[in-house]
Amino acid sequence: MPKTKYLQTPLKEDELAQLQIGDKVFITGIIYTGRDAAHKRLVELLEKNEELPFDIKGQVIYYVGPAPAPPGKPIGSAGPTTSYRMDPYAPALLDAGLKAMIGKGPRSQLVIDSMVKNKAVYFAAIGGAAVVVAESIKEAKVIAYEDLGTEAIRELRVENFPCIVANDIYGKDIYQEGVEKYKR
Amino acid sequence: MRQIDVKEIIPVIRKLCIDANYYIGEDVIKKIKEFYEKEESETGKEVLSILLENYELSAKEKMPICQDTGVAVVFIELGQDVHLVGGDFVEAINEGVRQGYKDGYLRKSMVDDPIIERKNTKDNTPALIYTDIVPGDKIKITVAPKGGGSENMSEVKMMKAADGIEGVVDFVVDRISRSGGNPCPPVVVGIGLGGDFEQSALLAKKSLLRSLDQKNPDPKWAKVEEEILEKINNLGIGPQGLGGRTTALGVFILSKPCHIASMPVAVNVQCHAARHKSAVI
Repeated sequence: MPKTKYLQTPLKEDELAQLQIGDKVFITGIIYTGRDAAHKRLVELLEKNEELPFDIKGQVIYYVGPAPAPPGKPIGSAGPTTSYRMDPYAPALLDAGLKAMIGKGPRSQLVIDSMVKNKAVYFAAIGGAAVVVAESIKEAKVIAYEDLGTEAIRELRVENFPCIVANDIYGKDIYQEGVEKYKR
Repeated sequence: MRQIDVKEIIPVIRKLCIDANYYIGEDVIKKIKEFYEKEESETGKEVLSILLENYELSAKEKMPICQDTGVAVVFIELGQDVHLVGGDFVEAINEGVRQGYKDGYLRKSMVDDPIIERKNTKDNTPALIYTDIVPGDKIKITVAPKGGGSENMSEVKMMKAADGIEGVVDFVVDRISRSGGNPCPPVVVGIGLGGDFEQSALLAKKSLLRSLDQKNPDPKWAKVEEEILEKINNLGIGPQGLGGRTTALGVFILSKPCHIASMPVAVNVQCHAARHKSAVI
């Protein structure tokens, strides 16, 4: 049976080990944003053995390009973007210590294998529920690649950010199992 | 002949961009509620209820439903008795988009060239403008912001007449099956049949402007739409691809005559946030 879990970042390995696909998770703490263009730059830094703009160990990257913040709000609408576009970059970041990714849509087998190897997980946020997600984001600041605009890397302080475990550290995949269950 | 100053178009486009992004159509809300009742997956039900909560919040907070506020697709039905004066029509549309995306705090998602530089144009222009000349002396403007996640799952296939309607149904269902959770299901599936290569794609996109409350006026196509919808909802993909019965909210077909040798079929995938707003000048 799926459970409801509350997690604090940076994530702890023993807590991640208890997560199962389908679990509802609420994340509190600091998470980082990044999508296509920022991922390309991060992996280029890793290839050159250069330092990343933030310490990635035990951290969470959320695949999002938020809408501009309206007056009085820390951020605009901020739902997940489709994750497969980050698949070519994810294994290198997982090897560097990344513990969780948040996005939407299934991951490649290479990424799933890398999650098992690195004891990392993938959370699905709800695509299109961008205002609901934004409500959980209390602070946002750009920490790198400001020139990328919406694609810049932001540090977000979140409280009870809602998501669902899509891939656990044991290689299980909700996108395969969920669909099999309801296929006719 | 009726004269219309193109400057009149700017505030109309501005408002349509903002309204389309803040306020989902009642037809989408009604359809999701309908599917919520039938959804067998607990996770699926939960996702659908969060989507409904989000539509309510976006309207209340005046924030975009989705952070991907899309490229600005603009459909124009231009009355042939209208004489446009006062400047460049296309530039007026782009100015409306520029103002709407700035004033509405909407995300700017256009890059200048698709491959090499990919620099953001920073004002979400240029709009993608499709104009039809129609009888009358009015201008009907529809703004349909289109997100990247669902658009990326779209496809055109030049099929053979021998493939028949079964071939078309199989192609569409397979396209949605391969899309899985990527296009933010539950989706709306736009299908363009006939015309030529590019017209089929435009028909598919235009079909998405129909309300989910409306049946296809042609019973022949209404039947095919129902068959495809049932097959798609048997795929098991479910809300957000996490498994369930609600994969598509509707299937829309638009068709046109085509060459004796051809059977172009286009599938334009639309996420659950099926956004479009219209106005008449």
